[in-house]
Amino acid sequence: MIKNGLRLKSQVCDTQVIVVRSAESLEDLRAGGVRMVPVADESAAALTVDPAFSSGTLMGKRYVDDAGAEVLVTKAGVGSLSIGTTPLAVKDAKPLPASD
Amino acid sequence: MVSDGQRLTVSELSELADGGAGVIASSGAKHVVYVGTGGAMLPLLLFASARAAVPLTPLNYRLSADGVRTLIGRLPEPLVIVDDEYRSIVGDAGIQVLPSAEFLHAASSADAAAEFADPEAVAVVLFTSGTTSAPKAVEISHNNLTSYVTGTVEFGSADLDDAALICVPPYHIAGVSAALSNLYAGRKMVYLTNFDAHAWIRLVGDEGVTSATVVPTMLDRIVTVLEESPFDGPALPTLRTLAYGGSKVAAPLVRKALSLLPQVGFVNAYGLTETSSTIAVLTPDDHRTALTSSDSSVARRLGSVGLPVPSVEVQIRAEDGTVLGAGEVGELFVRGDQVSGRYTGIGSVLDANGWFATKDVAHLDEGGYLYIGGRSDDTIIRGGENIAPAEIEDVLVEHADVRDCAVVGVDDPAWGQIIVAVVVPASAAAPDVEELRSYVRRQLRGSRTPDRVVFRNELPTNATGKVLRRDLVAELNSMKEHA
Repeated sequence: MIKNGLRLKSQVCDTQVIVVRSAESLEDLRAGGVRMVPVADESAAALTVDPAFSSGTLMGKRYVDDAGAEVLVTKAGVGSLSIGTTPLAVKDAKPLPASD
Repeated sequence: MVSDGQRLTVSELSELADGGAGVIASSGAKHVVYVGTGGAMLPLLLFASARAAVPLTPLNYRLSADGVRTLIGRLPEPLVIVDDEYRSIVGDAGIQVLPSAEFLHAASSADAAAEFADPEAVAVVLFTSGTTSAPKAVEISHNNLTSYVTGTVEFGSADLDDAALICVPPYHIAGVSAALSNLYAGRKMVYLTNFDAHAWIRLVGDEGVTSATVVPTMLDRIVTVLEESPFDGPALPTLRTLAYGGSKVAAPLVRKALSLLPQVGFVNAYGLTETSSTIAVLTPDDHRTALTSSDSSVARRLGSVGLPVPSVEVQIRAEDGTVLGAGEVGELFVRGDQVSGRYTGIGSVLDANGWFATKDVAHLDEGGYLYIGGRSDDTIIRGGENIAPAEIEDVLVEHADVRDCAVVGVDDPAWGQIIVAVVVPASAAAPDVEELRSYVRRQLRGSRTPDRVVFRNELPTNATGKVLRRDLVAELNSMKEHA
């Protein structure tokens, strides 16, 4: 299984994530409709963002699926995140009043 | 970031942290220790150490040379980075000592380290303040800290003109969480390294500060200065939130601060080192509602620490482990991703289901508001009856002749312990002892009446405002022997 802390990048846009909480489902984590790869890997050439997965990712947001997986976006991009073809949901922080 | 007149952008901080990580990695150290007053050094060292995948321990620079060297001796092969004024107390502890200025200089030209820390690895080790026992080394992982930050702060959520004034010490969990959460929010960070109420008030004006966190002793001094030299118009017009925490703030001081700063939203934050900072918050709305409510159960919430943060679960348990209901006093247990509960040399103290025993006496009200009654170690056992000092202190501090007070148990041959109230009078004239005793007796059960009342000009506290009860008890016990 993918390890917590693994950093993945999109092959078709600028999106990068770090795995906060792993689950088997992350084996098929995609950005822009294309499977994400470890940041150190080469991106496959000639791939493009699938228009069905082009709503984009937001910097600093956590995304989750129903299986308990959680990733944090460390670099935003135009592709959106999905497990297979199921989109990930944004997990909102419950902001505190500035208490630090 | 603004610190001692220096200004750094976030990208400048990031570049310095990259170089700092290189300096740390090439030293071969397994740990980084920082002895100094903080400011920009704290966020810099937090990120430099993390990028070198080496844990950081900011130490209390007010400790004796012996104290500092003993703590450094408990950490593995550390690189010790030290501000010039504390160079002599460090001696030759650790594998290498590097003055802060030299570290900064080296960091500005070193190559970045290529490490990436395991999120489960220890990021920061903080020593507990040791007011009730010897300091314990709390291990806080990257995951503990990021869970706290991503769970309670929206990335980049601060307005462009937001500025946080940070004056909590670097070796306190609040110093660590302030550096991380304000940076994550994208809020300008203004550091004040040696707290002074006049300097604090001046900085709020000069830097357009919108939020700040203070410990009780700081709040007390700020309120005193504001009372002595009233502003033309509203005081501190840019300030929108003022958080207080670190230890208990007496209700009269909170009410005074609220009336002096009517436009400011007050926040009471409660947390422990072991929980990566805040686990319960009394919000500005909670303060306003409590202050104006005619319902006594709501008004009382001004003395609570508010509701637990959403990512943390809480339970109040009896000594036999039974989970207690609203209104029942027991020990506070907490659970959540931000809870470390792990100590160097001891390991994890979480129970099988992940719960951490805080050793704080507490109860919840019907609305889920959390009340902290002090450390269970401070509980007075008088004639077999358990008495939480906070219960008596909360009453006594409301008396007009009392500025501050601490209630402690002192050894007694007849009762085991007796209740001694140490009172700081509100004015030069000592209050009437019998009047204070009967004031408490009128509001609490008879067994809660202080057996003795003694007067002091001030209470002994540490830098975060915690009353040093052990010192008071030791002093009172030895006085008795000599009497």
